[in-house]
Amino acid sequence: MKNYNLTHLEQLEAEAIFVLRETAAQFERPGLLFSGGKDSIVMAHLAYKAFYPAKSPFPLVHVDTGHNFPETIQFRDQFVDKLGAQLIIGLVQDSINRGTAVEETGPNASRNALQSVTLLETIENNHLDAALGGGRRDEEKARAKERFFSHRDAFGQWDPKNQRPELWNLFNGRKAHGEHFRIFPLSNWTEMDVWQYLKKEEIELPSLYFAHQREIIERNGSLLAVSEFVSPSAKETAKKETVRFRTIGDATCTGAVLSKASNLDEVIAEVAASRITERGTRADDKRSESSMEDRKKQGYF
Amino acid sequence: MSEDKNYLNMDLLRFTTAGSVDDGKSTLIGRLFHDTKAIFEDQLEAIEQSSKKRGDENVNLALLTDGLRAEREQGITIDVAYRYFATPKRKFIIADTPGHIQYTRNMVTGASTANLALILVDARNGVVEQTRRHSFIADLLGIKHVAVCINKMDLVGYEESAYIKVLEQFTDFASRLENVTDITFIPLSALKGDNVVDRSENMTWYKGPPLLYHLENVYVGSDFNHVDARFPVQWVIRPHSDEHHDFRGFAGRVAGGVFKTGDEITVLPSGFNSNIKQILLADQEIDEAFHPQSVTILLEDEIDVSRGDMLVKPNNQPNSSQDLDARICWFSSSKKLSKGTKLILRHTTKDAQVLVSEVRYKIDVNTLRKNEEENQLGMNDIGRISLRASQPVFWDSYRRNRNTGSFILVDPFTNETLAAGMLR
Ligand SMILES: Nc1nc2c(ncn2[C@@H]2O[C@H](COP(=O)(O)OP(=O)(O)OP(=O)(O)O)[C@@H](O)[C@H]2O)c(=O)[nH]1
Ligand SMILES: [Mg+2]
Repeated sequence: MKNYNLTHLEQLEAEAIFVLRETAAQFERPGLLFSGGKDSIVMAHLAYKAFYPAKSPFPLVHVDTGHNFPETIQFRDQFVDKLGAQLIIGLVQDSINRGTAVEETGPNASRNALQSVTLLETIENNHLDAALGGGRRDEEKARAKERFFSHRDAFGQWDPKNQRPELWNLFNGRKAHGEHFRIFPLSNWTEMDVWQYLKKEEIELPSLYFAHQREIIERNGSLLAVSEFVSPSAKETAKKETVRFRTIGDATCTGAVLSKASNLDEVIAEVAASRITERGTRADDKRSESSMEDRKKQGYF
Repeated sequence: MSEDKNYLNMDLLRFTTAGSVDDGKSTLIGRLFHDTKAIFEDQLEAIEQSSKKRGDENVNLALLTDGLRAEREQGITIDVAYRYFATPKRKFIIADTPGHIQYTRNMVTGASTANLALILVDARNGVVEQTRRHSFIADLLGIKHVAVCINKMDLVGYEESAYIKVLEQFTDFASRLENVTDITFIPLSALKGDNVVDRSENMTWYKGPPLLYHLENVYVGSDFNHVDARFPVQWVIRPHSDEHHDFRGFAGRVAGGVFKTGDEITVLPSGFNSNIKQILLADQEIDEAFHPQSVTILLEDEIDVSRGDMLVKPNNQPNSSQDLDARICWFSSSKKLSKGTKLILRHTTKDAQVLVSEVRYKIDVNTLRKNEEENQLGMNDIGRISLRASQPVFWDSYRRNRNTGSFILVDPFTNETLAAGMLR
């Protein structure tokens, strides 16, 4: 008899597509959170596959801190154009102007935490009842506890002590009015799986993921790129290095790594040898032991 | 390049931890990661710091999976944590579940997708009620492979007698289980690392392999049913474009058997027949589809098919009935199940209203005896019930097919998931 086996990447892909289709079927107005980072690019690619030849039913939702690497925005706009997708942008600056979010001050000020406010406002203003995210359980210890279908109450909050049991592949997306769901089709993927998949599918990525020359400063153990949002303090000196990014987020807290990896094969080799998690480069996770959990409870991605 | 190929072709094992509170499940997973060098430097540093802050004597490896604040405060696991690692032999998806009885629902969550269970037993206490409950749940969920980890051997002087005692207790209990057929006993110390990755020098009387070796080599054949073709329709793909004007594809995940282009199929519940015109895997055409592939099926004829319907073969159809007989595990602390309770049934891609027509018995998890006097199920109870659904359900027995034999029950008012069910 024929050997009916899938490789584990094929299994992960089939699972993610199943989850995306469940999302389309169980919700009225689901959106796909799109940061321009590699996980959300994989998500958009999977959504294309899940509904082919129809268009993906999910508008792309970008929560924009305004502190972007220019490469990210350029990539986002080209990507959206090519897909012909609808793009919803939630600006953190708008929340600040409305007074619903307050800008942090001090040398390590970041808009990262404020994104939660803007995200919830964007969800509410656009009447979204589900938000698909590229979060993976291998990223962080609080994320390791997430369900595929993760319930959020009317305040957008996550109650990690009281999550719905999630059996087999039976996802319960029932909810009361005003509540919503966060949905994570890539839950079981690891960073390595994502890179392997990007290569297998020949998916295009922003140039930030590959080695390039950049001015950086070292701050609290992270290598931050000098930009209009981050400049060296009196005690710091900027230097030019060959770096790349393992994750792409807000420019004020996304650390670079020293690297010469300039293509997918080299990146994969580097990820395989790395002794530090990808979020180990993120200053936002280093703020306290439970900073991810706290942010998630407030409505973070 | 050859390494790449290896990574892509690796065999996958999903396992779960089980056993009573504090028996060392999370510590064991932490130890497994630590001794295979699968903990990243920043993770280890963070764990060392937290351990120091808590005043722990050793680095508390349970903190690798106990990631929630409330878990760290209380030193217990509350919800299942998923962890991933690979050795050159296999890739593993691990669910570390809570032992506390209050969080049994989260243990069931972790175990529902596992092929193997690590059942931990504290060598000092032996098999206790919660060990039996978890073993029974693992069995109920159809897990065939169990590794009984007799832990904390360091606290009993690494004496063989403690190991023998647990082996006898567990063997006696397991003789009453239905599905668990492969049981291995390993004496170890999660805290000190004996027999986890490296063979222990303190227990030369033990001739078996350490845990990791067992996990890498245990034969777990696919228990998947490739005979009975089942395709629950998830979503109908209708592009609103000129190019694909007449396209109507049925999207879903193959839940059993194999579907090939040209095959004759029957649509349930309508009973109409047609043939498969085309199968798509995303934008690629393929000749056949099997579990767990997510595909899109196109039919030769224009017939009415929508979400919740099932495509099957005319000569191999599932049971179709409104009356259902199932074993369930009840999760709710605030609501009890009894005759007359109205619930929502979620089975494959279909929702139906159901009424509990009978509570047949409750199972005593210590003795596995059936108590037929009981007419109510409360939190963490396991029992057998009859349900009457508002419309026919297309099902196979859980033993024959996990996908078409499982369901959940949902509260129509609070929307909570109240129970997991397995059809007989
Ligand atoms: N001496 C000794 N102590 C151990 C061993 N394994 C675990 N412990 C200790 O037992 C306590 C409980 O360990 P955990 O790993 O949190 O237990 P658990 O089974 O995950 O508990 P729950 O998840 O809450 O059910 C901790 O203090 C551990 O350090 C062992 O092999 N020897
Ligand atoms: Mg634990």
